[in-house]
Amino acid sequence: MQWFDALIQGILLGGMYAQYALGMALMFGVMRIVNISHGDLVILLSLIGISMASAWGIGPITVMVALVPLAVLMGWVLQKAVLNRVVGSDPLPSLIATFGLSLALQNLMLQIWSANSRSLPGGGIESRSIEIGGIYIGLLPVIVLVVATGLTWGLDLMLKRTRFGRALRAAAADVEAAAMTGINPRQVYAVATAIAVGILGFAAVFQALRSTVAPADGGAQLIYAFEAVIIGGMGSVWGAFAGSMVLGIAQAIGFRIDPGFGVLAGHIVFLIVLATRPQGLFGKA
Amino acid sequence: MSAVLSTHGLVARYGDFQALYGVDAEVAAGEAVALIGANGAGKSTFLRAIMGLLPVASEMVRLNGAPVGGTAPERMVAQGVAIVPEGRRLFTGMSVEDNLRVAMDQAARVGAKGGWTLERLHQLFPILKEKARIPVQSLSGGQQQMVAIGRALLCQPKVLLCDEISLGLAPKVIREIYAALPEIRAQGTAIVVVEQDVGLAKSATDRLYCMLEGRVTLTGRSAEITREQIGEAYFGAGHAVV
Repeated sequence: MQWFDALIQGILLGGMYAQYALGMALMFGVMRIVNISHGDLVILLSLIGISMASAWGIGPITVMVALVPLAVLMGWVLQKAVLNRVVGSDPLPSLIATFGLSLALQNLMLQIWSANSRSLPGGGIESRSIEIGGIYIGLLPVIVLVVATGLTWGLDLMLKRTRFGRALRAAAADVEAAAMTGINPRQVYAVATAIAVGILGFAAVFQALRSTVAPADGGAQLIYAFEAVIIGGMGSVWGAFAGSMVLGIAQAIGFRIDPGFGVLAGHIVFLIVLATRPQGLFGKA
Repeated sequence: MSAVLSTHGLVARYGDFQALYGVDAEVAAGEAVALIGANGAGKSTFLRAIMGLLPVASEMVRLNGAPVGGTAPERMVAQGVAIVPEGRRLFTGMSVEDNLRVAMDQAARVGAKGGWTLERLHQLFPILKEKARIPVQSLSGGQQQMVAIGRALLCQPKVLLCDEISLGLAPKVIREIYAALPEIRAQGTAIVVVEQDVGLAKSATDRLYCMLEGRVTLTGRSAEITREQIGEAYFGAGHAVV
């Protein structure tokens, strides 16, 4: 029963990681950019959300309604102003640029919000839980998982069915051929990053509800997103979702073995996947 | 006939390596011209330079008389120049139909009209209808080439550039693909084909250009140019033709 409980908690934790991982999978899949500032963007959005809530006295749902469009805009500007200048066949320039951005964002956040931990008041939702057959399931993690599933499903559908999705997949497959078919790659990239960061708008609200956030917390979120994408297999949104589940379950089971072992267990699973199946569990060889 | 697409002293380089030394060429609406020459003569570079994939000065390429050299590829497509690239360059992982739809989407976005529809393409290459849902990478080489041509046609081009569309294909398939050219031309579309097979180039086109080391060494009507002339232009003066 203890292990079944760990499995359930792991899946719920995976829902949070999926919200981080989707945007990273999208950006890597389309542009081959590993966005080092991914986690810092989550934290930045969380802190903005927390400040919004305390300044205007608004609840988490209203914060989300305001934060997601802001995140979309941030992603679009990030691509147009920075990433479009460094994207290309060489992965190093974008890696250095986003690493620099990560440092700059962390210091900017320290300047504005100080190093204190803050969280978003959820009006009790963060502590509500339901009991099913002796297992307590938190209401917030369930909402997080449902939203994560919805986002994955919506993103997958958009990629498969829409005009923009086809242009995005074409640019991911062969960017020069896509341009020769009339696609403006830089425009497609800008929308892709806008979507990727837009998803972080959801993640930021949930992250601030479920725990505290401080300016230096971005690194951990980046690592979890990165590990989930690698475990699942690059370039597939359901792969990233599944990878998040595997990572969440590994951490939850590790945590049951020893409270200090949880995060490490996730890293070990990540390393095992990287060593034995580098294309990811659900990726194509 | 007035040229729909023309180049004027077109010069292109890859870094320090100069690949084209002042190429003058033109193609009129509904006309087919061939570009022949040995490997490394600059034929593909010529097409890439026109498409805006290499930096060139704007006056060096003219479309309906207007300077367009160095315009980004997606804008060249929007203005009516499409390419069947060397090696096909299809969108791996996507179905045949999705590959074609990408071109249709973009043509619709810029409001390009040219009469090419999925149905007409299926009449031209019936196999594409049959294989519509199949991932494009599992098609045979000839079928993939048909997808590449179809994708370019659905960009609704006024000028179609074809880079080595017969390369690596069986003779029967090559005939099938070249049989489609007259119908494309009937639309008023100008065609430029880069071709290794001189006999095929002569029979399928009105005029031809022979290139050697980044320069045009021979040009004329395809039907009138002799094998001897081509041999000389192909390898440079003084080479014996076997």
